[in-house]
Amino acid sequence: MSEQKFEPKIVGFLCNWCSYRAADLAGSARIQHAPNVRIIRVMCSGRVDPSFVLKALAMGADGVMIAGCHPGECHYLEQNYKAMRRFGMLQHTLRGLGVEEKRVQLVWASAAEGQRLAEAIDQLVADVRELGPLHWAGNWEENGERLQALEDIVHEHQEAMEVTA
Amino acid sequence: MAEKVGVYVCHCGSNIAGKVDVEDVAKWAGENVKDVAVSRDYKFMCSSLGQKLVEDDIKEHGLTRVVVAACSPHLHEKTFRRACSNAGLNPYLMEMTNIREHCSWVHKDRAAATEKARALVSASIERVKFQEPLEPMFVDVNRATLVIGGGIAGLQATLELADAGYPVYLVERQPSIGGHMAQFDKTFPTLDCSACILTPKMSEVGQHENVTLLTYAELEEVSGSVGSFKVKIRQKARHVVFDDCTGCGICVEKCPRKVLDTEFEAGMGNRKAIYMPFPQAVPRVPVIDTESCIWFERQKCRACEKLCPTNAIDFDQQDELIDIEVGNIIMATGWEPFDTRKIPQYGYGRLANVYTSLEFERLCNAAGPTNGKIVLRDGKTEPKSVAIVHCVGSRDERHNPYCSGVCCMAALKLGHLVVEKTDAEVYSFYIDMRTNQKNYEEFYQRLLGEGMRFVRGKVAEVTDAARKPSEQGKLIVQCEDTLVGRQQRYPVDMVILMGAIEPQRDAREMGLKCGISCSMDGWYTERHPKLDPVATMTDGIFVAGTCQGPKDIPASVAQGAAAAARVSGMITKGKVMIEPIVAKIDEEGCSGCRICNNMCPYNAIEYDAEAQVSRVITALCKGCGTCVSACPAGVISGAHFSDRQIFAQIQGALWDAWQPQDAASQDAETVPVSAP
Repeated sequence: MSEQKFEPKIVGFLCNWCSYRAADLAGSARIQHAPNVRIIRVMCSGRVDPSFVLKALAMGADGVMIAGCHPGECHYLEQNYKAMRRFGMLQHTLRGLGVEEKRVQLVWASAAEGQRLAEAIDQLVADVRELGPLHWAGNWEENGERLQALEDIVHEHQEAMEVTA
Repeated sequence: MAEKVGVYVCHCGSNIAGKVDVEDVAKWAGENVKDVAVSRDYKFMCSSLGQKLVEDDIKEHGLTRVVVAACSPHLHEKTFRRACSNAGLNPYLMEMTNIREHCSWVHKDRAAATEKARALVSASIERVKFQEPLEPMFVDVNRATLVIGGGIAGLQATLELADAGYPVYLVERQPSIGGHMAQFDKTFPTLDCSACILTPKMSEVGQHENVTLLTYAELEEVSGSVGSFKVKIRQKARHVVFDDCTGCGICVEKCPRKVLDTEFEAGMGNRKAIYMPFPQAVPRVPVIDTESCIWFERQKCRACEKLCPTNAIDFDQQDELIDIEVGNIIMATGWEPFDTRKIPQYGYGRLANVYTSLEFERLCNAAGPTNGKIVLRDGKTEPKSVAIVHCVGSRDERHNPYCSGVCCMAALKLGHLVVEKTDAEVYSFYIDMRTNQKNYEEFYQRLLGEGMRFVRGKVAEVTDAARKPSEQGKLIVQCEDTLVGRQQRYPVDMVILMGAIEPQRDAREMGLKCGISCSMDGWYTERHPKLDPVATMTDGIFVAGTCQGPKDIPASVAQGAAAAARVSGMITKGKVMIEPIVAKIDEEGCSGCRICNNMCPYNAIEYDAEAQVSRVITALCKGCGTCVSACPAGVISGAHFSDRQIFAQIQGALWDAWQPQDAASQDAETVPVSAP
C-alpha cells in the first residue's frame, strides 16, 4: 500500500442514545462523511473498556473514536464522565506505548448533532491519514504473539505506574 | 458446535443498493465468512415477504443466528426480533447491521461504501456468534401515576388520567396549584380571562375523587423503574392542619404581619405571613411563612391560633415524608422568568418604571395590587407612553440562544391591554415578529390596526439621562430602527421587558432524581424531537409543558394530554417489557473490592457484607455497562454487550486488516443462494 493510497481503518464506539443516533441522523439528513469509521454500538460510552481500544489497535485499526452524550446529558445520568476519566488514563497508557494522541479521540455528540458527528469523523480520518498507518498489527508475526506482546506492554506499563504512584 | 448464521442484506429499494453493491456483500459473506450457512440479498427485508424469508430459513436450514444488514436497529430491530421469535429462534440471537444510515446514505463512493458494508456485516457475524439467548422481563404496571407540577400542563395530564378512572398523585411545590397561568391577566389571542378558564380546572382537580393533591410538597427521591416506581415526597410543614382547616380565611385577615409577595404578585403587592397565594387557590388551606411570622421570629403573637374557629393552627408541625408507589411519572415542572437584572443596561431594579412582563400582568389584573389600573410606580400617574422590549435574555448569545416563543404574542397582548385601558402610545421593539400559530398573525394585524407602533431593532439601552427638554423625566429607549437604518431615542413613561422563559433552576437536579437528562439549555430531553415528544429516554417518565421547552398554553395543554394518553396506554396494557440487557456479577470471582458500587448511578449494585461480594439488583439495573468495564477482576458481565461479543465485533470489523483477504477461511458450510 503506497502512502498516497493510505485509507485509515478506524473503529468507532458509539453510545446507543446520543452519538449512535447522531450517526443515524447524519444518515437521514444525508450528511456525507468519510467512510473509514466502522461503527460499533455500545449502550453507553461508560461501557468502553480501554481494552476495547487497545484490541482495535492491535487488530489493525489505525485510529479509534469513542463517542458519547454531552457531559450532563448522559442517558445514564453521569456515566460519560466516567468515560472521560478513563479516556485520560487511556491516553496516558497510549502515550507510553508510543501511539500518537490524535489516533484515539473522544467526541461528544447529542442525538441532534448529526453534523457535529460527521465533522468529528472527517477530522479524525484526516488526522489519522496525516499520521499514516499505525502498523501495530504488522509488528508481530503471529496472532498469539501479537496479543501476548501487547499484553506484556500493558502489564509493564501498569507496573511502572504502580511504582510511581 | 459451530453456529449456523443466516445473513440477509437489504436493498431498501435503491436506498442501500444505490450506493452499496448488496449482491456482492451477500455473496462475499456467504463464501468467505466462517459459519455463514445462508446469505441472501432482498429488495425490502422489512416487508412481510422479507421477514418470511428469515422465518423460513430458520426452520429449513436450522439457523442458530441471524444477521440483518439493513437500516438502523432503532428502526427495525423489533421487526426482525419478532420474525426470529415467530420461527422459534430467541430474538436476542439476531443482530442488525446498519448499512443505510451509517453507510449508503452518507457515502458517495460505491466501492468505499461496499467495503465498509462488508466490514460492518463481518463485524455483526462475528458478534452474533457469541450472542446469548435472553428472556425479556415483564413487570406489572401500577395503575397510579405521579404528576409533578400543578401548572396547566400538569393539571391537564392529571384530569385526563383521573377522568379515565386512574389514581393520580399531583405534587406541587407552591401552596396552591395553578402555576404561572394563574398570574396572567388575559390569554392571547382570544383575550380570555386567564383565571376564568383556569380556575374551573383547578377546582375540578381539587375535588376529583381519583386525585390525591399534595401541595407545598417537594419530590425527594425516586427509585424503582417503569411500572413500579417508589417515590418519596416531602410534605413541607404548612403549620395549618390540612384536614381541620375550613379555609374561612380569618387567620389571614387577622395576621398583623404584612410582607412583600415576591411569588404570586411578582413583588407588586403584599401578603400576610399566613397566606393563600390568591383568592381562588386550591386547596383553600393557608400556609405560614416561617421566615416572616412573628411567632417564629420572636415567639410572640399567635393571633391566628387564637382566632381559628377550628383550632387548625399547629406551630409545631414538622415536614413529613410520604411514600407512594406509582407506575409512571409525568414531569410538568414548568419554567421560571429570566432575571432581567442580568442586563443592567435595561435598568430593571434601578429605574423605577421599568417592569418585567410578569409584574405588568399583575398590574393589569383586576384582582391585582392596583385593581387592574395601569399606573406608574407612584401608584397614581397613568403612563402617556409605554415601550415593550422583546427578546430580553432570549435570542441573545450572552444569555439564552433560543427563542422563548411566546413573548411576541404576550407583548402584543400586553400592548392591547395598554391601548384598551389607557390613552398611552405603545411602542414594541422587536427583532422578528413570531406569530406562527392559529389566529396569532390575525391578532398581530389587529394590533397594527389598533395603533400599536412597531420598531424593528434590538434595544441598546434604557436610560433616564435626558439630552433635550422633551426627554426630561422620561425613560429613553435607545434603539436602532433597522428598517430606517437610524439610531433613535424614544422617550416613554413606562418600559416592559419581555424576559425569556428559562428552565426551573433545579430542573437538572430534578431530572437526575428521575433519571432523565436536560439539553444544554436545561430543558428536559424528549425521546425523539419529532416523533416522540412526550416520552423520555427513561421508560415510564414522561414530560409535559414548558419543562421540555418554551411553549404557550395550548401547546402545554396538548402535551399534558398527550403524556396522559401515553400513560393510560401503559396502564391499559397492564404489563411492560423490560429489556434483559443488565449486568451480572459472578460471585465466585468477586473480591468484594466495591469499585463497581460507586460506578452505578442507580444504586443497583449492593454489597453483601457477610458474603463480601457485590450483587446487581436486576430490577434497578439499566444496562449501561459501566460497571462491566470497571471491574478489575473482569467478573461482571453485561448481557448482550459482553466483552466477548464486542471483541468479536472489533475483530470482524477489521477483518481486512487482520487477515490477508485471500486467506479468509473457506471451510464454512455455505449454501450460496440468490434471492427468490
